[in-house]
Amino acid sequence: MADTAVLADAHADHGDAHGAHHSSTGLSNNKLAMWLFLGSECLLFGGLISTYMLYRGRHSENLGPDQLWDIPFTSASSFVLLMSSLTMVLAVSAAHRRNLRNAKIWLAVTATLGSLFVAGQVYEFTTFYREGLGFTTSLFSSSFYTLTGFHGVHVTVGIIMLLSLVAMLSKQRVHGDKAESVEMVGLYWHFVDVVWILIFTLVYLIPA
Amino acid sequence: MSTETVEHTSAEADHGWSDAKFVQLAVILAIITGLEVYASYADWLGPAFIPSLIIMMVVKFVAVVLFFMHLKFDSKIFSWLFYSGLLLAVGVYVAMMVTFQFFNR
Repeated sequence: MADTAVLADAHADHGDAHGAHHSSTGLSNNKLAMWLFLGSECLLFGGLISTYMLYRGRHSENLGPDQLWDIPFTSASSFVLLMSSLTMVLAVSAAHRRNLRNAKIWLAVTATLGSLFVAGQVYEFTTFYREGLGFTTSLFSSSFYTLTGFHGVHVTVGIIMLLSLVAMLSKQRVHGDKAESVEMVGLYWHFVDVVWILIFTLVYLIPA
Repeated sequence: MSTETVEHTSAEADHGWSDAKFVQLAVILAIITGLEVYASYADWLGPAFIPSLIIMMVVKFVAVVLFFMHLKFDSKIFSWLFYSGLLLAVGVYVAMMVTFQFFNR
């Protein structure tokens, strides 16, 4: 009897989700829009990474990547962001099991890890600035700050989305399929992580 | 069949993977990140240094996209949307590099 109730509930939710925002392809419009957006974001970051790769050698003798980069520190930041992807996927998983309590906990942990990453980036930028690397110091500095700054803004927007989602889930303000809402924020968050995977290797680990 | 089993099966059907598998993948990705950092300090890699870093980067990228973003378990249309943007981005990168090389000569 309990099984039937759970399955009926699952069917009801599934039906509700289908009736809400699904296209003629049978796929969720929200998900289609999010993947299209992420595809366009590839172009944005592709352009920024290309620009950095072109200009990374255009700097003065003593203010280049070799003098400035702190690889152990950036590696720790990368590890934090990577682990935030794990907590995000656990949040999505919990939401799909309709365990909203755990989903909210994992979302909050993800936001905390993301905040740690952004704090690390602010510290890094401050250190570079004190060492004399301003935004307009060289083509290298402009392209570096633009690329990593854009990424930092994306992480910050992701944190705002995560915290808003936690608040909205707590106040029952999420209408329709809650799991899909968590999944949408999750896709954006993983994309931010994926971009950092590229930046970490191409900008920090490969010498200019 | 218990409620827990139904929930577990439903979650796996949606995502293809259990939480334990996601944790395993995260551990593997962390190890690869460690290897990347080690490679950046290892002088003995010589000319294999940059290719090995690129390979590890691509493995991490693909793993996150396929499994954490569920692209492997989702509709092919999503894959097309994302990979189209990605290929265009790579095309922009290659075109820029070729153009600047050409005009630099």
